[in-house]
Formats: sequence, structure tokens, C-alpha cells
Amino acid sequence: MSEPLLNVANIETYYGPIMAIRGISLEARQGSIVTVLGANGAGKTTILKTISGVMDPQKGTVTFDGQEIQRQDPDKVMRYGLSHVPEGREVFPLLSVRENLMMGAYTRKDADGIAQDMELVYTYFPVLKERSEQPAGQLSGGEQQMLAISRAMMARPKMMLLDEPSLGLSPRLVKEIFEIIVRMNREQGMTMLLVEQNAHMALNAADYGYVLEVGRIVMGDTCARLKESDDIKEFYLGIKEHGARGKRRWKRKKTWR
Amino acid sequence: MINGAAVGCIYALVALGFVLIYKATEVVNFAQGDLLMLGAFIAFTLIALMGWSYWIALPVTAVILAAFGWGLDRAVFRRVIGQPQFAIIMVTIGIGIIMRAGVSMVPQWGTETYSIDTPFSNKVVRFGDIVVAQEYLSIIAGTAILCVVLYLFFRRSRLGIAMQAASQNQLAAYYMGIPVKTVFSMIWGISAAVATVAGILLAPVSLIEANMGLIGLKAFPAAVLGGFGSIPGAVVGGLIIGIIEQLSAAYLPDGFKDVAAYIVLLAVLVVRPEGLFGESMRKKV
Ligand SMILES: Nc1ncnc2c1ncn2[C@@H]1O[C@H](COP(=O)(O)OP(=O)(O)O)[C@@H](O)[C@H]1O
Ligand SMILES: [Mg+2]
Repeated sequence: MSEPLLNVANIETYYGPIMAIRGISLEARQGSIVTVLGANGAGKTTILKTISGVMDPQKGTVTFDGQEIQRQDPDKVMRYGLSHVPEGREVFPLLSVRENLMMGAYTRKDADGIAQDMELVYTYFPVLKERSEQPAGQLSGGEQQMLAISRAMMARPKMMLLDEPSLGLSPRLVKEIFEIIVRMNREQGMTMLLVEQNAHMALNAADYGYVLEVGRIVMGDTCARLKESDDIKEFYLGIKEHGARGKRRWKRKKTWR
Repeated sequence: MINGAAVGCIYALVALGFVLIYKATEVVNFAQGDLLMLGAFIAFTLIALMGWSYWIALPVTAVILAAFGWGLDRAVFRRVIGQPQFAIIMVTIGIGIIMRAGVSMVPQWGTETYSIDTPFSNKVVRFGDIVVAQEYLSIIAGTAILCVVLYLFFRRSRLGIAMQAASQNQLAAYYMGIPVKTVFSMIWGISAAVATVAGILLAPVSLIEANMGLIGLKAFPAAVLGGFGSIPGAVVGGLIIGIIEQLSAAYLPDGFKDVAAYIVLLAVLVVRPEGLFGESMRKKV
């Protein structure tokens, strides 16, 4: 088998003295969707920030497309072909939707290709076309998420990092956005690393999944198998079987380590 | 009225420099007026001492000061960012004082006052019965042209929009591959160049001297009046303060001229604390 497009090996990242991620390894193959599931505060955002260069790991390596990229500045990392869709969308509020998309293509020089991709993201999210001249700050949360994904797409990256695209959105919108994430993966061959609390949506969209608990990966398997796992069913999909939950949880967690 | 508007234009340009830097880096640059002063001295050197043409000296000086502003950011402000706002303000005040002292130590500059001959000196334009000195008109025209150029740059050019983007959301700008630190240095350069143009436009009607940068003390209320963070606000704020100052000099007892700016500012802030053009949107860093 070929080398994975992204390979993260044993990274440890700190906030001051606090170790937020404790030796994490994961990989993503070209063309796949990989998900990292974890509760609030598990360290999902920290992993993505470490990959994209906003945070520097104390230890470990991040290899992307054959190159070590840990501890480089985020604008540099982005130029290797890694686009980050940040948690909470982070659109440019006073720029129009179209200008936001143009900024997504900031590192590109091919005007024709940029124009084509602008049309392409408008076909995925027609509402953005309707709103193209509006300031992004006036969009609804769901529309801003669509814009953030489209803006990352405009860079024509080799891979996208998506930080909780479901955050704060209605179930209907979450479903719509996930369908389009999957379509982008299938139709554009876009490799994706998707971190989520919404295990149900993420497991349906992704090919491979990791489970993150307080800074450590405790499970990693194909999503098909993860969906069948009793632990996942109980703690992440909320499907309860028999037995006292608290006790089981404690026992289960022990077996993971 | 024309004179007031002209002086107001100078305030507007200096205020615009304040606002550009503040929006991007949240630094309140009290050395803005001293950049104007340094620019005026360099223009004086090129024109009066070296005999350059005004039209060549103007862009050359602007470029020199742009490089100076850029360097100031790289050497100083990039390092202090993230320190408490108070400390950074002290740094800008300190740099202003150093510039003033430095300028008075240069042999051909010193603490004397100078003037430069410009193509507009000692000429007038007549509109019917009204006679207006060309020097004042040149300030207004120069400011108008500069504002249009800056508007087009920030609204239409890719780099200009990227500067706005970096000012609105620094982290997201990094994610787009925008070299945020370089962009901020460029904004410092632009602000310094704008202050320089203001200084050169001002030179024919005011004297060039080491303390001319104190004009920043009038431009600062102009920026606040406009809502500190709004570029059109800075321009309108500058004009309002310039005109009010001139009117109070004409119709009110002595002394009112210099406090008029602050009286207007206080009055506006009581009614509209966010300033005339204040934006309610908070910036994310
Ligand atoms: N700026 C910060 N300073 C200190 N600790 C932080 C900071 N951001 C996150 N953390 C801590 O790091 C851990 C992981 O956070 P994060 O990666 O944001 O989790 P997630 O994205 O999974 O919700 C949490 O325990 C959080 O408290
Ligand atoms: Mg998070």
C-alpha cells in the first residue's frame, strides 16, 4: 500500500504547562474521510491546530505528502495543500461572501481556475451564490459554515481539516452539510480529516475513525466496525443496552487502555 | 471654512493612519504625528537642500517613510504584540519622543523652523468674489485623491482585501495562506506614507519643525470621533474637527480653538459612545 497522505506520529502539544494531547498518532489515506470522535475538551481542536501549524508540538512529527510540516507557520503549511476549516467558522465578517471565497484562493494565481472553482462551490451551496454580495457576518450560522467549507475548497487543497462542522446547527442543516462533505469527497477526491462530537453523523460520513479521550486515542478502526462496537454504541451513539451505565463506563474505559 | 476643511484634511489623514494600524494590530500609535514630522523633514531636505522637484520628492519621501514604518513594525511592534495595551502605547509615545529628539540632533535640521516652496505657494484661485490660497486647495485635493486611491486599493485589489481580512480575523487569514505578519508591516508602511503625504501637504501652510507632530493630538480625537476603527469615520471626524476649530477661532474668544476638538469629542461620546461611524462588530484575534 502507498504512503498515507497525512501521517501524525506521537505528537504531544501543551497549553503552557497543561498537556492537551498526549502522544497521538493517526493517518489519513489519499481520497478518504477520516474522523476523530471526542467529547468537548478531548483535544480535537488542538490536534487540528497542531497539524496546521497554529500550535507547535513539543514532541512528534506531522508528515504531509512526504514532507515533515510540524512547527511551521500556518500560512506556510497551507501552501503545501492543507486547508483548515476552523471551529466556529471564522469567516471574515465585513467582507462579502464573494470576497471571503477570493481570500480562500489567496495563494492561487490561475484566475480561470479560481473562477471555475467559485462556480463549483456555488453548485454545492447555491445559497452562497444568492448571498454573494452580502457581508459574511450577516449570514446565518449554517450559511457561515457552508462559506467556511467553500472558502477552504477555493484553495484547491490536497486535504481539508474540518473542525466540528455540526457545531451549533440544527439537525436538518447538519445532515445537509454532511451530505455535501461526502459529495465533495467522492466527486472531487478530496481527502478529509473531520473531528466531531456528533458521532452519528461522522461515522456515517467517514471511512475510518479514531476515538479520542482526554488527549489520547483509545480506539481506531473502520467506521463500519466502530458502529458495531458496543462501547461506541453506548457512549457515542447513545444506544443503551442493559446494565448500569456508570459502572460499565468505568469498566469499559479500563479495557481501552 | 476652506481653511478649516484643509486643516481638517490633515487631521483626517493622520487619523486614517491611526485607524489603519489600530484595526490591523490593535496598537494605538501615538507616534503617528511624528511620522508626519519626519516625512516633512525629509521632503524639506530633498526639495530645499538638494533642489529636487516637488513632484519627485513627494513620492520618494512617501516611499522612504513607508520603508521606515515597515521597519518600525518589524523591529519593534512585531515583538511587543500581545503585551498589555498600556505598555504598547508607552512604546509608541517613546518612539515619538525619540524621533523628535533624533530630528533635532540632525545638523541641517535641528530645532529651527523651515518652510518649503511648493508649486502651490503664494498663489490664489478666485471663485467669483472668493479668493482661496492654492496651498489650502492643494491639501483638499491631495487628500481627496489619496482617499480615492486608498479606497480602491482596499476595496478592489487582492492585497487590499487580504489586509482587511487579516485585520478582521487574524487566525483565519493565516489559514488562507495570507502572510499576516508581512501584511501588518505593509499596513504600517502605508500609514507612515499617508502621514508623510499629510506632512508634505501641510508644509506650505505650517512650518516644519520637530514638534509639528503634535498635530497628532488633534488627529486622535478625530479618529475617536469617527469611531476608531472606521476609515470613513476618521476622514469625517478629521474634517469636522478642522472646521469647528476654524469656526471657533473666528467667532469665539481666544483659547477655544485648541480645546474645541476635545469639547466636540466629549459631546459626541456622551451621546454616541461608539463614535459617529462605530462598528458594533467585534474583531477576533
Ligand atoms: N487556550 C487554551 N489554554 C489552556 N488550555 C486550553 C486552551 N484551549 C484548550 N485548552 C484545553 O485543552 C484541552 C483540549 O481542548 P480542545 O482541543 O479545544 O478540545 P476539543 O476541541 O476536543 O473540544 C481542554 O482540556 C482544554 O481545556
Ligand atoms: Mg474544539
